[in-house]
Amino acid sequence: MELPVISSSGPKAEGGGCASSGCGTAPDALSHLPDHIRAKVQDHPCYSEEAHHYFARMHVAVAPACNIQCNYCNRKYDCSNESRPGVVSELLTPDQAIKKVLAVAAEIPQMTVLGIAGPGDPLANPERTFETFQQLSEKAPDIKLCVSTNGLSLPEHVDEIAKHNIDHVTITINCVDPEIGAKIYPWIYWKNKRIRGVEGAKILIEQQQKGLQMLTERGILVKVNSVLIPGVNDQHLKEVSKIVKEKGAFLHNVMPLIAEPEHGTYYGLMEHPSPTDAELQELQDACAGDMAMMRHCRQCRADAVGLLGEDRGDEFTMDKIDVMDVDYEAAMVRRKEVHDSIIEKLDAKRGIVKAKPDGIPEGSRPVLMAVAGKNGVVAEHFGHAKEFLIYEASPEGVRFIGHRKTELYCGGMDSCGDGDVVEAGATESLLDRNIRVLEGCEVVLCSKVGYEPWAKLEAAGIAPNGEHAMEPIEDAVMAVYKEIAATGKLLPKTDTSLKVA
Amino acid sequence: MALQITESCVNCWACVDVCPNDAIFQDKPHFLIDDMKCTECLGDHADPQCAAICPIEMAIVNELGEFLNPPGSLTGIPIEKLKEFGLWREAA
Repeated sequence: MELPVISSSGPKAEGGGCASSGCGTAPDALSHLPDHIRAKVQDHPCYSEEAHHYFARMHVAVAPACNIQCNYCNRKYDCSNESRPGVVSELLTPDQAIKKVLAVAAEIPQMTVLGIAGPGDPLANPERTFETFQQLSEKAPDIKLCVSTNGLSLPEHVDEIAKHNIDHVTITINCVDPEIGAKIYPWIYWKNKRIRGVEGAKILIEQQQKGLQMLTERGILVKVNSVLIPGVNDQHLKEVSKIVKEKGAFLHNVMPLIAEPEHGTYYGLMEHPSPTDAELQELQDACAGDMAMMRHCRQCRADAVGLLGEDRGDEFTMDKIDVMDVDYEAAMVRRKEVHDSIIEKLDAKRGIVKAKPDGIPEGSRPVLMAVAGKNGVVAEHFGHAKEFLIYEASPEGVRFIGHRKTELYCGGMDSCGDGDVVEAGATESLLDRNIRVLEGCEVVLCSKVGYEPWAKLEAAGIAPNGEHAMEPIEDAVMAVYKEIAATGKLLPKTDTSLKVA
Repeated sequence: MALQITESCVNCWACVDVCPNDAIFQDKPHFLIDDMKCTECLGDHADPQCAAICPIEMAIVNELGEFLNPPGSLTGIPIEKLKEFGLWREAA
Protein backbone atom coordinates (compact mmCIF):
# COMPACT_ATOMS: atom_id res chain seq x y z
CA MET A 1 0.00 0.00 0.00
CA GLU A 2 1.27 3.41 -0.83
CA LEU A 3 0.81 6.20 1.62
CA PRO A 4 0.05 9.64 0.29
CA VAL A 5 3.07 11.90 0.55
CA ILE A 6 2.57 15.47 1.53
CA SER A 7 4.73 17.60 -0.73
CA SER A 8 7.44 19.35 1.19
CA SER A 9 7.41 22.25 -1.20
CA GLY A 10 3.83 23.11 -0.39
CA PRO A 11 2.87 25.90 1.95
CA LYS A 12 3.67 24.15 5.19
CA ALA A 13 2.25 26.62 7.64
CA GLU A 14 -0.98 27.11 5.79
CA GLY A 15 -3.36 29.13 7.87
CA GLY A 16 -0.73 29.05 10.61
CA GLY A 17 -0.54 32.08 12.82
CA CYS A 18 -4.05 33.34 12.65
CA ALA A 19 -6.82 31.01 13.60
CA SER A 20 -9.45 32.43 11.31
CA SER A 21 -10.14 31.47 7.73
CA GLY A 22 -11.72 34.62 6.42
CA CYS A 23 -10.74 37.09 9.03
CA GLY A 24 -10.94 40.77 8.35
CA THR A 25 -12.24 42.81 5.59
CA ALA A 26 -10.97 40.93 2.59
CA PRO A 27 -11.32 40.29 -0.14
CA ASP A 28 -13.99 42.92 -0.65
CA ALA A 29 -12.30 45.57 1.50
CA LEU A 30 -9.52 45.85 -1.03
CA SER A 31 -11.81 45.43 -4.01
CA HIS A 32 -11.95 49.17 -4.64
CA LEU A 33 -8.24 49.16 -5.38
CA PRO A 34 -6.91 49.17 -8.91
CA ASP A 35 -5.45 45.85 -10.08
CA HIS A 36 -1.82 46.98 -9.96
CA ILE A 37 -2.18 47.85 -6.26
CA ARG A 38 -3.98 44.63 -5.48
CA ALA A 39 -1.15 42.78 -7.14
CA LYS A 40 1.28 44.61 -4.87
CA VAL A 41 -0.45 43.59 -1.66
CA GLN A 42 -1.66 40.10 -2.47
CA ASP A 43 1.35 38.52 -0.76
CA HIS A 44 1.78 41.10 1.99
CA PRO A 45 0.44 39.81 5.32
CA CYS A 46 0.19 43.25 6.91
CA TYR A 47 -1.72 44.80 4.04
CA SER A 48 -3.94 42.02 2.79
CA GLU A 49 -5.81 40.10 5.43
CA GLU A 50 -6.22 37.26 2.98
CA ALA A 51 -2.46 37.05 2.54
CA HIS A 52 -1.76 36.90 6.25
CA HIS A 53 -2.94 33.31 6.44
CA TYR A 54 -0.29 32.19 3.97
CA PHE A 55 2.54 34.66 3.86
CA ALA A 56 4.90 35.55 6.67
CA ARG A 57 6.78 38.71 7.53
CA MET A 58 9.76 39.62 9.61
CA HIS A 59 11.08 42.75 11.24
CA VAL A 60 14.74 43.47 11.84
CA ALA A 61 15.58 45.66 14.80
CA VAL A 62 18.23 47.92 13.28
CA ALA A 63 16.65 51.24 14.24
CA PRO A 64 17.02 51.99 17.94
CA ALA A 65 16.99 55.80 17.94
CA CYS A 66 13.79 57.80 18.05
CA ASN A 67 13.02 61.46 17.47
CA ILE A 68 9.76 61.78 19.37
CA GLN A 69 8.22 60.56 22.62
CA CYS A 70 4.82 58.90 22.59
CA ASN A 71 2.92 58.51 25.83
CA TYR A 72 2.27 54.83 25.11
CA CYS A 73 5.94 54.00 24.64
CA ASN A 74 8.76 53.39 27.09
CA ARG A 75 12.20 53.36 25.53
CA LYS A 76 13.64 51.28 28.35
CA TYR A 77 11.79 48.14 27.41
CA ASP A 78 13.53 44.98 26.28
CA CYS A 79 11.86 41.68 27.01
CA SER A 80 11.65 38.40 25.15
CA ASN A 81 8.30 37.48 26.66
CA GLU A 82 6.50 40.62 25.72
CA SER A 83 4.81 40.90 22.38
CA ARG A 84 3.99 44.44 21.47
CA PRO A 85 5.35 47.20 19.26
CA GLY A 86 8.63 48.74 20.30
CA VAL A 87 9.84 45.69 22.20
CA VAL A 88 12.93 43.80 21.00
CA SER A 89 15.46 41.38 22.45
CA GLU A 90 18.46 41.82 20.22
CA LEU A 91 19.51 44.95 18.38
CA LEU A 92 21.19 44.19 15.05
CA THR A 93 23.73 45.95 12.87
CA PRO A 94 22.78 46.14 9.18
CA ASP A 95 25.23 43.30 8.39
CA GLN A 96 23.73 41.08 11.07
CA ALA A 97 20.26 41.97 9.84
CA ILE A 98 21.09 40.83 6.30
CA LYS A 99 22.39 37.52 7.60
CA LYS A 100 19.25 37.03 9.63
CA VAL A 101 16.91 37.89 6.77
CA LEU A 102 18.63 35.48 4.37
CA ALA A 103 18.55 32.70 6.98
CA VAL A 104 14.86 33.23 7.72
CA ALA A 105 13.93 33.54 4.03
CA ALA A 106 15.66 30.25 3.29
CA GLU A 107 14.05 28.50 6.25
CA ILE A 108 10.55 30.01 5.91
CA PRO A 109 9.96 30.28 2.15
CA GLN A 110 6.57 31.92 2.60
CA MET A 111 8.31 34.90 4.24
CA THR A 112 7.71 37.58 1.62
CA VAL A 113 8.13 40.81 3.51
CA LEU A 114 10.92 42.45 5.45
CA GLY A 115 9.99 45.46 7.49
CA ILE A 116 11.97 47.88 9.59
CA ALA A 117 9.80 49.10 12.41
CA GLY A 118 12.05 50.05 15.25
CA PRO A 119 12.45 49.65 18.14
CA GLY A 120 12.81 53.43 17.62
CA ASP A 121 11.82 55.23 14.43
CA PRO A 122 13.45 53.80 11.28
CA LEU A 123 13.77 57.23 9.68
CA ALA A 124 15.50 58.61 12.77
CA ASN A 125 18.19 56.01 11.95
CA PRO A 126 18.52 56.71 8.23
CA GLU A 127 22.01 55.28 7.79
CA ARG A 128 21.30 51.95 9.49
CA THR A 129 17.87 51.66 7.89
CA PHE A 130 18.84 52.46 4.30
CA GLU A 131 22.08 50.47 4.51
CA THR A 132 19.93 47.45 5.38
CA PHE A 133 17.49 48.10 2.53
CA GLN A 134 20.33 48.73 0.08
CA GLN A 135 22.06 45.43 0.83
CA LEU A 136 18.81 43.48 0.83
CA SER A 137 17.62 44.76 -2.52
CA GLU A 138 20.88 43.44 -3.97
CA LYS A 139 21.13 40.13 -2.14
CA ALA A 140 17.48 39.16 -1.85
CA PRO A 141 15.58 40.83 -4.68
CA ASP A 142 12.57 38.56 -4.09
CA ILE A 143 11.80 40.09 -0.71
CA LYS A 144 9.41 43.03 -0.44
CA LEU A 145 10.66 45.88 1.67
CA CYS A 146 8.60 48.07 3.90
CA VAL A 147 9.10 50.59 6.63
CA SER A 148 6.96 52.11 9.33
CA THR A 149 7.49 55.54 10.78
CA ASN A 150 6.07 58.22 13.04
CA GLY A 151 6.40 60.53 10.02
CA LEU A 152 8.49 63.31 11.54
CA SER A 153 11.46 62.77 9.20
CA LEU A 154 9.41 61.30 6.38
CA PRO A 155 9.37 64.17 3.85
CA GLU A 156 13.18 64.41 3.74
CA HIS A 157 13.47 60.66 3.10
CA VAL A 158 10.71 60.09 0.55
CA ASP A 159 13.09 60.12 -2.41
CA GLU A 160 15.43 57.68 -0.72
CA ILE A 161 12.46 55.40 0.04
CA ALA A 162 11.41 55.48 -3.60
CA LYS A 163 14.99 54.77 -4.71
CA HIS A 164 15.23 51.58 -2.65
CA ASN A 165 12.07 50.25 -4.18
CA ILE A 166 10.24 50.25 -0.89
CA ASP A 167 6.67 50.19 -2.00
CA HIS A 168 4.90 49.91 1.32
CA VAL A 169 5.09 52.51 4.08
CA THR A 170 3.14 52.63 7.31
CA ILE A 171 2.74 55.97 9.09
CA THR A 172 1.42 56.10 12.63
CA ILE A 173 -1.01 59.01 12.70
CA ASN A 174 -2.92 59.41 15.95
CA CYS A 175 -4.34 62.87 15.34
CA VAL A 176 -4.61 65.81 12.98
CA ASP A 177 -5.28 68.33 15.76
CA PRO A 178 -2.20 69.65 17.64
CA GLU A 179 -4.20 70.17 20.84
CA ILE A 180 -4.98 66.47 20.88
CA GLY A 181 -1.44 65.71 19.75
CA ALA A 182 -0.03 67.48 22.79
CA LYS A 183 -1.81 64.91 24.97
CA ILE A 184 -0.15 62.04 23.08
CA TYR A 185 3.32 63.40 22.28
CA PRO A 186 5.11 65.25 25.11
CA TRP A 187 7.99 66.30 22.83
CA ILE A 188 9.69 65.93 19.47
CA TYR A 189 13.32 66.48 18.45
CA TRP A 190 13.25 68.88 15.53
CA LYS A 191 16.00 70.97 13.93
CA ASN A 192 18.41 70.43 16.85
CA LYS A 193 15.87 71.29 19.53
CA ARG A 194 13.50 69.46 21.81
CA ILE A 195 10.10 71.00 21.13
CA ARG A 196 7.33 70.34 23.58
CA GLY A 197 3.55 70.39 23.71
CA VAL A 198 1.25 71.81 21.05
CA GLU A 199 4.12 73.36 19.11
CA GLY A 200 5.86 70.00 18.74
CA ALA A 201 2.66 68.14 17.92
CA LYS A 202 1.85 70.71 15.23
CA ILE A 203 5.17 70.14 13.47
CA LEU A 204 4.78 66.35 13.71
CA ILE A 205 1.27 66.47 12.23
CA GLU A 206 2.41 68.74 9.36
CA GLN A 207 5.30 66.42 8.54
CA GLN A 208 3.09 63.31 8.67
CA GLN A 209 0.53 64.80 6.31
CA LYS A 210 3.19 66.14 3.95
CA GLY A 211 4.98 62.78 3.92
CA LEU A 212 1.74 60.90 3.27
CA GLN A 213 0.97 63.08 0.30
CA MET A 214 4.50 62.86 -1.13
CA LEU A 215 4.43 59.06 -0.90
CA THR A 216 1.07 58.61 -2.57
CA GLU A 217 2.12 61.04 -5.35
CA ARG A 218 4.99 58.69 -6.05
CA GLY A 219 2.71 55.68 -6.16
CA ILE A 220 4.01 54.22 -2.91
CA LEU A 221 1.32 52.42 -0.91
CA VAL A 222 0.60 53.92 2.49
CA LYS A 223 -1.14 52.29 5.40
CA VAL A 224 -2.01 54.47 8.38
CA ASN A 225 -1.82 53.07 11.89
CA SER A 226 -3.67 54.82 14.70
CA VAL A 227 -3.64 54.01 18.38
CA LEU A 228 -7.10 54.32 19.89
CA ILE A 229 -6.66 56.16 23.20
CA PRO A 230 -9.98 56.45 25.04
CA GLY A 231 -10.78 59.98 26.14
CA VAL A 232 -7.95 61.40 24.02
CA ASN A 233 -8.46 60.63 20.33
CA ASP A 234 -11.36 58.17 20.22
CA GLN A 235 -13.88 60.45 18.52
CA HIS A 236 -11.16 62.30 16.63
CA LEU A 237 -9.98 59.18 14.78
CA LYS A 238 -13.04 59.28 12.54
CA GLU A 239 -11.77 62.59 11.17
CA VAL A 240 -8.25 61.18 10.89
CA SER A 241 -9.64 58.30 8.82
CA LYS A 242 -11.44 60.69 6.48
CA ILE A 243 -8.40 62.93 5.99
CA VAL A 244 -5.85 60.20 5.39
CA LYS A 245 -8.15 58.59 2.88
CA GLU A 246 -8.45 61.89 1.01
CA LYS A 247 -4.68 62.15 0.94
CA GLY A 248 -4.41 58.69 -0.62
CA ALA A 249 -3.76 56.21 2.20
CA PHE A 250 -5.25 52.88 1.16
CA LEU A 251 -5.75 51.14 4.49
CA HIS A 252 -6.41 52.30 8.04
CA ASN A 253 -5.43 50.17 11.01
CA VAL A 254 -6.92 51.31 14.30
CA MET A 255 -5.24 49.51 17.18
CA PRO A 256 -6.11 49.51 20.86
CA LEU A 257 -3.90 51.35 23.36
CA ILE A 258 -1.78 48.90 25.34
CA ALA A 259 -1.15 50.41 28.78
CA GLU A 260 -0.14 48.52 31.91
CA PRO A 261 1.72 50.05 34.86
CA GLU A 262 4.49 47.43 34.51
CA HIS A 263 5.30 48.74 31.03
CA GLY A 264 6.43 51.99 32.64
CA THR A 265 4.78 54.16 29.98
CA TYR A 266 3.02 57.43 30.77
CA TYR A 267 -0.39 55.95 30.03
CA GLY A 268 0.52 52.78 31.91
CA LEU A 269 1.67 54.53 35.08
CA MET A 270 -1.21 57.00 34.93
CA GLU A 271 -3.52 53.97 34.69
CA HIS A 272 -5.11 55.24 31.51
CA PRO A 273 -7.83 52.81 30.39
CA SER A 274 -7.35 50.75 27.23
CA PRO A 275 -10.38 50.61 24.96
CA THR A 276 -12.80 47.75 25.42
CA ASP A 277 -13.23 45.36 22.50
CA ALA A 278 -16.66 46.87 21.88
CA GLU A 279 -15.23 50.42 21.77
CA LEU A 280 -12.55 49.35 19.30
CA GLN A 281 -15.05 47.59 17.09
CA GLU A 282 -17.44 50.52 17.17
CA LEU A 283 -14.75 52.91 16.05
CA GLN A 284 -13.49 50.55 13.33
CA ASP A 285 -17.04 50.25 12.05
CA ALA A 286 -17.51 54.03 12.15
CA CYS A 287 -14.30 54.57 10.16
CA ALA A 288 -15.14 51.77 7.73
CA GLY A 289 -17.62 54.05 5.98
CA ASP A 290 -14.69 56.16 4.85
CA MET A 291 -12.04 53.63 3.99
CA ALA A 292 -10.78 50.07 4.11
CA MET A 293 -10.10 49.05 7.68
CA MET A 294 -7.58 46.49 8.77
CA ARG A 295 -8.80 44.24 11.55
CA HIS A 296 -6.26 41.44 11.56
CA CYS A 297 -3.32 43.36 13.07
CA ARG A 298 -1.67 41.57 15.98
CA GLN A 299 0.48 44.53 17.13
CA CYS A 300 3.72 42.64 16.76
CA ARG A 301 7.20 43.23 18.12
CA ALA A 302 9.85 45.21 16.28
CA ASP A 303 11.77 41.92 15.81
CA ALA A 304 8.86 39.58 15.01
CA VAL A 305 9.43 36.62 12.67
CA GLY A 306 6.79 34.42 11.05
CA LEU A 307 3.09 34.52 10.29
CA LEU A 308 1.00 37.18 12.00
CA GLY A 309 -0.02 35.84 15.37
CA GLU A 310 3.01 33.62 15.76
CA ASP A 311 6.57 34.55 16.59
CA ARG A 312 9.47 32.34 15.58
CA GLY A 313 12.11 34.88 16.58
CA ASP A 314 13.66 32.45 19.07
CA GLU A 315 14.70 30.15 16.22
CA PHE A 316 16.73 32.92 14.65
CA THR A 317 18.86 34.52 17.32
CA MET A 318 22.28 35.71 16.11
CA ASP A 319 24.14 32.82 17.76
CA LYS A 320 21.95 30.34 15.87
CA ILE A 321 22.23 32.25 12.59
CA ASP A 322 26.00 32.42 12.81
CA VAL A 323 26.24 28.66 12.40
CA MET A 324 23.64 28.41 9.60
CA ASP A 325 24.88 27.88 6.08
CA VAL A 326 22.56 29.62 3.64
CA ASP A 327 22.55 29.06 -0.11
CA TYR A 328 20.29 31.91 -1.12
CA GLU A 329 20.33 31.15 -4.84
CA ALA A 330 18.84 27.74 -4.16
CA ALA A 331 16.49 29.16 -1.57
CA MET A 332 15.13 31.66 -4.10
CA VAL A 333 14.11 28.88 -6.47
CA ARG A 334 12.22 27.09 -3.74
CA ARG A 335 10.72 30.33 -2.49
CA LYS A 336 9.34 31.07 -5.94
CA GLU A 337 7.71 27.64 -6.14
CA VAL A 338 6.06 28.13 -2.77
CA HIS A 339 4.86 31.65 -3.59
CA ASP A 340 3.45 30.61 -6.95
CA SER A 341 1.54 27.73 -5.45
CA ILE A 342 0.01 29.95 -2.77
CA ILE A 343 -0.97 32.65 -5.26
CA GLU A 344 -2.50 30.04 -7.52
CA LYS A 345 -4.59 28.78 -4.63
CA LEU A 346 -5.69 32.29 -3.67
CA ASP A 347 -6.68 33.04 -7.27
CA ALA A 348 -8.79 29.91 -7.40
CA LYS A 349 -10.48 30.86 -4.14
CA ARG A 350 -11.17 34.39 -5.31
CA GLY A 351 -13.39 33.13 -8.13
CA ILE A 352 -15.90 31.67 -5.68
CA VAL A 353 -18.54 34.20 -4.73
CA LYS A 354 -20.54 33.37 -1.65
CA ALA A 355 -24.26 33.72 -2.13
CA LYS A 356 -26.40 35.60 0.35
CA PRO A 357 -27.78 33.13 2.87
CA ASP A 358 -31.37 32.03 2.39
CA GLY A 359 -34.01 31.20 4.96
CA ILE A 360 -33.26 34.17 7.22
CA PRO A 361 -36.31 36.40 7.72
CA GLU A 362 -35.84 40.02 6.59
CA GLY A 363 -35.25 42.36 9.51
CA SER A 364 -33.50 39.74 11.64
CA ARG A 365 -31.03 41.42 13.95
CA PRO A 366 -27.33 40.57 13.71
CA VAL A 367 -25.73 38.28 16.31
CA LEU A 368 -22.12 38.32 17.53
CA MET A 369 -20.48 34.94 18.01
CA ALA A 370 -17.11 34.07 19.45
CA VAL A 371 -15.18 31.20 17.89
CA ALA A 372 -12.31 29.19 19.29
CA GLY A 373 -10.83 28.45 15.90
CA LYS A 374 -7.67 27.31 14.22
CA ASN A 375 -6.78 27.25 10.54
CA GLY A 376 -10.23 28.43 9.60
CA VAL A 377 -12.20 25.73 11.40
CA VAL A 378 -13.87 25.48 14.80
CA ALA A 379 -11.08 23.58 16.45
CA GLU A 380 -10.18 24.59 19.95
CA HIS A 381 -11.33 23.53 23.37
CA PHE A 382 -12.90 26.50 25.16
CA GLY A 383 -10.23 26.48 27.85
CA HIS A 384 -7.35 26.19 25.37
CA ALA A 385 -8.20 29.15 23.19
CA LYS A 386 -5.56 31.87 23.24
CA GLU A 387 -7.88 34.16 21.37
CA PHE A 388 -11.48 34.17 20.29
CA LEU A 389 -12.39 35.28 16.80
CA ILE A 390 -15.49 37.42 16.79
CA TYR A 391 -17.93 37.07 13.91
CA GLU A 392 -21.13 38.87 13.15
CA ALA A 393 -23.91 36.88 11.50
CA SER A 394 -26.69 38.83 9.82
CA PRO A 395 -29.09 38.36 6.91
CA GLU A 396 -26.21 39.70 4.76
CA GLY A 397 -23.94 36.82 5.70
CA VAL A 398 -21.03 36.27 8.08
CA ARG A 399 -18.27 38.83 8.61
CA PHE A 400 -15.18 38.85 10.77
CA ILE A 401 -15.15 41.62 13.36
CA GLY A 402 -11.91 41.13 15.27
CA HIS A 403 -10.06 38.97 17.72
CA ARG A 404 -10.09 39.11 21.49
CA LYS A 405 -7.21 37.76 23.50
CA THR A 406 -7.78 35.51 26.50
CA GLU A 407 -5.60 34.16 29.20
CA LEU A 408 -5.61 30.39 29.10
CA TYR A 409 -7.38 29.04 32.09
CA CYS A 410 -7.04 25.38 31.31
CA GLY A 411 -3.60 23.86 31.86
CA GLY A 412 -4.60 20.35 30.84
CA MET A 413 -6.05 17.41 32.73
CA ASP A 414 -3.89 17.74 35.82
CA SER A 415 -4.95 21.23 36.63
CA CYS A 416 -8.37 21.13 35.05
CA GLY A 417 -10.73 23.36 36.93
CA ASP A 418 -7.96 25.38 38.53
CA GLY A 419 -8.82 28.21 36.24
CA ASP A 420 -11.79 28.99 38.37
CA VAL A 421 -9.72 29.48 41.49
CA VAL A 422 -9.28 33.12 42.37
CA GLU A 423 -5.61 33.67 43.07
CA ALA A 424 -4.55 35.77 46.03
CA GLY A 425 -4.80 39.41 45.10
CA ALA A 426 -6.85 38.76 41.98
CA THR A 427 -10.35 40.10 41.90
CA GLU A 428 -11.77 37.60 39.44
CA SER A 429 -10.91 34.12 38.20
CA LEU A 430 -9.48 33.60 34.73
CA LEU A 431 -12.65 31.87 33.69
CA ASP A 432 -14.72 34.84 34.80
CA ARG A 433 -12.32 37.15 33.04
CA ASN A 434 -12.52 35.17 29.81
CA ILE A 435 -16.29 35.23 29.98
CA ARG A 436 -16.12 38.98 30.42
CA VAL A 437 -13.88 39.18 27.35
CA LEU A 438 -16.75 37.65 25.37
CA GLU A 439 -19.15 40.40 26.37
CA GLY A 440 -21.61 41.21 23.63
CA CYS A 441 -21.39 37.73 22.09
CA GLU A 442 -24.45 35.52 22.30
CA VAL A 443 -22.86 32.25 21.25
CA VAL A 444 -19.42 30.75 21.66
CA LEU A 445 -18.37 28.04 19.21
CA CYS A 446 -15.62 25.66 20.20
CA SER A 447 -14.73 22.02 19.83
CA LYS A 448 -15.49 21.23 23.46
CA VAL A 449 -16.57 23.04 26.59
CA GLY A 450 -16.18 21.77 30.13
CA TYR A 451 -19.12 21.42 32.50
CA GLU A 452 -18.18 24.33 34.71
CA PRO A 453 -17.54 26.94 32.03
CA TRP A 454 -20.70 25.72 30.27
CA ALA A 455 -22.81 26.67 33.26
CA LYS A 456 -21.05 29.99 33.74
CA LEU A 457 -21.35 30.87 30.06
CA GLU A 458 -25.06 30.17 30.10
CA ALA A 459 -25.46 32.22 33.23
CA ALA A 460 -23.73 35.09 31.41
CA GLY A 461 -26.17 34.84 28.52
CA ILE A 462 -23.65 33.26 26.14
CA ALA A 463 -24.78 29.99 24.61
CA PRO A 464 -21.91 27.48 24.41
CA ASN A 465 -21.93 25.35 21.30
CA GLY A 466 -19.68 22.37 20.66
CA GLU A 467 -21.66 20.85 17.81
CA HIS A 468 -19.63 22.24 14.94
CA ALA A 469 -16.15 20.98 15.77
CA MET A 470 -13.82 20.93 12.74
CA GLU A 471 -16.33 22.67 10.49
CA PRO A 472 -15.27 25.77 8.54
CA ILE A 473 -15.92 28.78 10.79
CA GLU A 474 -18.16 30.79 8.46
CA ASP A 475 -20.35 27.75 7.73
CA ALA A 476 -20.66 26.92 11.41
CA VAL A 477 -21.54 30.50 12.36
CA MET A 478 -24.18 30.67 9.64
CA ALA A 479 -25.63 27.29 10.65
CA VAL A 480 -26.02 28.45 14.25
CA TYR A 481 -27.48 31.77 13.09
CA LYS A 482 -30.06 29.91 11.04
CA GLU A 483 -30.96 27.76 14.03
CA ILE A 484 -31.53 30.86 16.12
CA ALA A 485 -33.49 32.48 13.28
CA ALA A 486 -35.73 29.44 13.13
CA THR A 487 -36.78 30.04 16.74
CA GLY A 488 -38.02 33.50 15.77
CA LYS A 489 -35.78 35.17 18.33
CA LEU A 490 -34.03 37.43 15.84
CA LEU A 491 -37.04 39.48 14.93
CA PRO A 492 -37.84 42.69 16.83
CA LYS A 493 -39.59 42.68 20.20
CA THR A 494 -38.14 39.46 21.45
CA ASP A 495 -36.08 38.56 24.45
CA THR A 496 -32.44 39.24 23.54
CA SER A 497 -30.85 36.67 25.82
CA LEU A 498 -30.52 33.37 24.04
CA LYS A 499 -30.39 30.12 25.85
CA VAL A 500 -29.98 27.72 22.98
CA ALA A 501 -27.20 25.22 23.21
CA MET B 1 33.87 71.11 30.15
CA ALA B 2 32.04 67.97 29.16
CA LEU B 3 28.80 66.13 29.70
CA GLN B 4 28.57 62.55 30.92
CA ILE B 5 26.25 59.60 30.38
CA THR B 6 24.91 57.79 33.45
CA GLU B 7 23.86 54.19 34.01
CA SER B 8 20.28 55.20 33.16
CA CYS B 9 21.32 55.08 29.47
CA VAL B 10 19.45 52.45 27.40
CA ASN B 11 21.87 52.44 24.44
CA CYS B 12 19.41 53.74 21.87
CA TRP B 13 22.05 55.47 19.70
CA ALA B 14 20.02 58.67 19.34
CA CYS B 15 22.76 60.88 20.83
CA VAL B 16 25.53 59.28 18.77
CA ASP B 17 23.90 60.35 15.53
CA VAL B 18 23.36 63.99 16.54
CA CYS B 19 26.62 64.81 18.35
CA PRO B 20 28.46 67.45 16.27
CA ASN B 21 31.84 66.39 17.72
CA ASP B 22 31.62 62.61 17.34
CA ALA B 23 32.31 62.55 21.05
CA ILE B 24 29.99 59.66 21.92
CA PHE B 25 31.18 56.07 21.66
CA GLN B 26 29.77 52.63 22.32
CA ASP B 27 30.93 50.93 25.49
CA LYS B 28 29.67 48.35 27.97
CA PRO B 29 27.28 48.59 29.74
CA HIS B 30 26.35 51.87 28.04
CA PHE B 31 27.54 54.64 25.72
CA LEU B 32 30.12 57.13 26.99
CA ILE B 33 31.18 60.67 26.13
CA ASP B 34 34.82 61.41 25.33
CA ASP B 35 35.49 64.43 27.54
CA MET B 36 38.35 65.51 25.28
CA LYS B 37 35.92 65.91 22.38
CA CYS B 38 32.74 67.12 24.11
CA THR B 39 32.15 70.89 23.92
CA GLU B 40 28.59 70.75 25.31
CA CYS B 41 27.79 71.91 21.76
CA LEU B 42 28.97 75.47 22.45
CA GLY B 43 29.34 77.29 19.16
CA ASP B 44 27.40 74.60 17.27
CA HIS B 45 23.94 74.56 18.82
CA ALA B 46 21.91 76.41 21.39
CA ASP B 47 21.33 73.17 23.36
CA PRO B 48 23.63 70.20 23.93
CA GLN B 49 22.33 67.77 21.28
CA CYS B 50 22.67 64.57 23.29
CA ALA B 51 20.47 66.01 26.00
CA ALA B 52 18.05 67.48 23.45
CA ILE B 53 17.25 64.10 21.89
CA CYS B 54 17.84 61.71 24.83
CA PRO B 55 14.52 60.02 25.72
CA ILE B 56 15.66 58.90 29.16
CA GLU B 57 15.47 61.11 32.22
CA MET B 58 18.65 61.32 34.35
CA ALA B 59 20.85 59.82 31.61
CA ILE B 60 22.92 62.94 30.85
CA VAL B 61 24.66 64.98 33.57
CA ASN B 62 26.93 68.03 33.58
CA GLU B 63 30.20 68.41 35.48
CA LEU B 64 28.30 69.27 38.65
CA GLY B 65 26.38 66.01 38.44
CA GLU B 66 23.14 67.83 37.63
CA PHE B 67 20.62 66.05 35.41
CA LEU B 68 20.03 67.86 32.14
CA ASN B 69 16.72 65.99 31.95
CA PRO B 70 15.56 65.56 35.55
CA PRO B 71 12.88 63.03 36.58
CA GLY B 72 9.46 63.89 35.18
CA SER B 73 10.84 66.38 32.63
CA LEU B 74 10.46 64.17 29.56
CA THR B 75 7.54 61.88 30.21
CA GLY B 76 5.31 64.27 32.11
CA ILE B 77 4.75 61.56 34.71
CA PRO B 78 4.11 63.40 38.02
CA ILE B 79 6.82 63.11 40.69
CA GLU B 80 4.44 61.34 43.12
CA LYS B 81 3.91 58.60 40.53
CA LEU B 82 7.64 58.27 39.91
CA LYS B 83 8.22 57.95 43.66
CA GLU B 84 5.41 55.40 43.92
CA PHE B 85 7.10 53.23 41.30
CA GLY B 86 10.64 53.82 42.57
CA LEU B 87 11.68 55.83 39.50
CA TRP B 88 12.73 59.01 41.31
CA ARG B 89 16.34 60.11 42.04
CA GLU B 90 17.54 63.47 43.40
CA ALA B 91 20.93 63.55 41.64
CA ALA B 92 23.45 61.32 39.94
